[in-house]
Amino acid sequence: MLTENVQTKKSASFAQSLQKVLRENIRDYGMFIALFVIMLIFAFTTGGVFLSSRNLSNLLNQTGYIAVLAIGMTLVIVIRHIDLSVGFLAGFMGAVAAIALVQWGLPTIVVVPMVLLLGLLAGLITAFPVAQLGIPSFVASLAGWLIYRGLLQLVTEGTGTIIIPNQSFNAIGNGFIPDLPGLTWLFPGMHKLTLLLGILAVVLFVLNEINARRRKLAYGFEVLPMEIFLLKLGFIALLVGGITWVLAGYNGLSWTVVIVLTVLGIYHFVTAQTVLGRHIYAVGGNPEAAELSGISVKRIVFIVFGSMGMLSALSGILFASRLQSATTTAGTLFELDAIAAAYVGGVSAAGGVGRVTGSLIGALVMTSLTSGMNLMGVGIAYQYIVRGIVLAAAVIFDVSTRRAAR
Amino acid sequence: MSTPILEMKGITKEFPGVKALNNVSFRVATGEIHCLVGENGAGKSTLMKVLSGVYPYGTYQGDILLDGTVQRFRGIRDSERAGIAIIYQELALVPELSVYENIFLGNEIRNGPVIDWNETIKRASDVLGRVRLNVNPETKVKELGVGKQQLVEIARALSRDVRLLILDEPTAALNEDDSANLLELLRGLRSQGVTCILISHKLREVIAIADRVTVLRDGQTICTLDAHRGEVSEPVLIKHMVGREIDNIYPPRARQESGAVTLEVRDWSAYSPALGRQILRDVNLKVRRGEIVGIAGLMGSGRTELALSLFGNPLHYRISGEMWFKGQRRTFRAPEEAIRAGVAYVTEDRKGNGLILIQDIKQNITLANLRAIARRGVVDANAEVRVATDYKTSLNIKTPSVEQRVSNLSGGNQQKVCLGKWLFVKPDLLILDEPTRGIDVGAKYEIYTLMNQLVEQGMSIVMISSELPEVLGMSDRVYVMASGRIAGELPIAEATPEAVMALATN
Repeated sequence: MLTENVQTKKSASFAQSLQKVLRENIRDYGMFIALFVIMLIFAFTTGGVFLSSRNLSNLLNQTGYIAVLAIGMTLVIVIRHIDLSVGFLAGFMGAVAAIALVQWGLPTIVVVPMVLLLGLLAGLITAFPVAQLGIPSFVASLAGWLIYRGLLQLVTEGTGTIIIPNQSFNAIGNGFIPDLPGLTWLFPGMHKLTLLLGILAVVLFVLNEINARRRKLAYGFEVLPMEIFLLKLGFIALLVGGITWVLAGYNGLSWTVVIVLTVLGIYHFVTAQTVLGRHIYAVGGNPEAAELSGISVKRIVFIVFGSMGMLSALSGILFASRLQSATTTAGTLFELDAIAAAYVGGVSAAGGVGRVTGSLIGALVMTSLTSGMNLMGVGIAYQYIVRGIVLAAAVIFDVSTRRAAR
Repeated sequence: MSTPILEMKGITKEFPGVKALNNVSFRVATGEIHCLVGENGAGKSTLMKVLSGVYPYGTYQGDILLDGTVQRFRGIRDSERAGIAIIYQELALVPELSVYENIFLGNEIRNGPVIDWNETIKRASDVLGRVRLNVNPETKVKELGVGKQQLVEIARALSRDVRLLILDEPTAALNEDDSANLLELLRGLRSQGVTCILISHKLREVIAIADRVTVLRDGQTICTLDAHRGEVSEPVLIKHMVGREIDNIYPPRARQESGAVTLEVRDWSAYSPALGRQILRDVNLKVRRGEIVGIAGLMGSGRTELALSLFGNPLHYRISGEMWFKGQRRTFRAPEEAIRAGVAYVTEDRKGNGLILIQDIKQNITLANLRAIARRGVVDANAEVRVATDYKTSLNIKTPSVEQRVSNLSGGNQQKVCLGKWLFVKPDLLILDEPTRGIDVGAKYEIYTLMNQLVEQGMSIVMISSELPEVLGMSDRVYVMASGRIAGELPIAEATPEAVMALATN
């Protein structure tokens, strides 16, 4: 009798605490759930094609060049600015890379860092009028939008589309990491290194979570109830494991995914753990207070726009490499896709709020919509409308949950 | 006496936790200039907001009678229609529009659906003549100085057939010529039958122009004095304005022998390019180790500007003069440098530029000195929690956890977070700007106690405060500021409310 009572009480408390955790963290989990739902819907409507190894692999590679822009844009929006120039800057940087490879005959190993540096420089140039003269970033970067569009046309004018025959460069956007040699008896047909990395990621994640939980408990902080904690670990392990399994069934991890994950890791670390990251969020939360706390708002503007410029160059490299060419219209509308991804990912236009992981998920949501609707054969006109509705819904959801939290 | 143009009877206005007005009565006779005086926070502005409908009917108790009829204003439009116009210290003009557009903004002269610009310009010229402002009506307002802009505001009021003109501190931002000109204009309007209520801190001005004066103190009417019967004089006004006993709410402190000079400023002047005027003139002051120096003065006297000019000059004033800090001549080009040198500034506007409201307590407390808890640029999250928890305990911040968002805290606890943030930079000189504004008595006492402890440990404190009792209760020495100057320095023994007020209204 007694045990039964305890049992029901316990299961009720589990449901209750799950509900509570979901309610309190709906903003953080919301976009994961949205992505999950969208993928599920497309899995049904496309008869499973959407979740096939090949399609998922393609999807991730397509997301790459928008994802890196969205990561940079997150910080730009966090400090209450915007950068419209990133799309054509990416296009122009892609063209510069193509010219350096094809016409100047430079090796990839030289071209990539050179173009990244040029991007950084371009970002600092955009930052100058914003930080030093107080010009609104919308205007300053709109000028950049026009200039880079012009430059892109200028350098591709004579040649038209520049075909890039360089294999190592094209591998960035199309290649996959090599597999472990031998071991053919183990999981035949699967990409072993990818599996290994996936398992490693899951193990590291679980250990890290357990460690963090122990530290928090040592300080007497509130932690998730044990059942929910295990549920969360299981869910994420399953997700990462699932994606790894699906990818391993095709060609394994692509270089694009490796690059995006590396960028994400660096930006996540910087924003969450470093003095610089704190200063960026402080400037976004209240620039006057940040200035009076000894933070140079100008310096932060230069850093954030500089990083945005560098990521634009990276985006341009990824895109040119994926197409194996630089075209006259490369980068068109990338800036708006990146901004949309950041907003879908929970960045607030009021400043000071937003995570790079969220923006990555936002980018995945947007590309999934395109990819899924393409598979379904939905017309391009409807695709724009649907993506617009999803963007509006995401922002409305975000604003209303924030108001409720207040 | 005939029916007064305005009678406010038994006005009580409460805000959560505060009674801003308590049964105030106020009568203004037709055609007079009636001055309203009182300390900061006495309730003058609140009373005028009740009158002009900013606080609509139903949010206060009591009656407003115009010409003997009860009025129920639901908003500013109602009171404007009744012939009341209020001109605030911060002007409400659109800088990019022309003078005539501003005068008739919201009251456009129409011909059917379109605006009759010719008639507008003609009438604007007429009304500009009445305020004796000789400018082309097509000039953009931003091209005029503050004094002329004020005249445009008055012209705007006159264009609406105002009968009762209220001016809130009109001369605070004006130089002497402009002030004299404005007072002359008010006399002229009086002769044209416009009744005027003037709120002013400058008692000489009040004495020069008032027919009658009403004194408010702590939300209550103290008295109404008639200038024509010789009842108005500076000592009398000051006595009524401050006439309360200083409550014994200040913790005792053993006053020490004053130590070495921490901060000295010589001939310190500052010009604000943004405001287009001189904000500090020839300020000389000294602050010693272990000393609390009070800076008294009325709003707009330049106290906060002085603090900011010392704290790395974030508003980019053009500064001349010398600053010596801990025996060295210094110029701080940014707050960052001031903080590194050992200066901390606790702002008067904690929500506006003190705290990051969307972040939690620990992030706010460590913000100004993050490097102290970071190794190679990486923040030590455990150290951060430790530091924040230490301040939570020592400052008695009432919160379940240091991960609480600052926006969820009460005013007193927010102020303690601000203090914690600045104590964590371990300053030698702590500048407190209105340290107890808007917080309850208990938290005030805790902050006073903390200030005593800090100076006993050798810190120097500069306390800017509009609460005179607080300045007199806590300081070792008092500087009084007026119009960007140090109007006087008083040892605490000589600093009576009357003496301070006399200097502040100089």
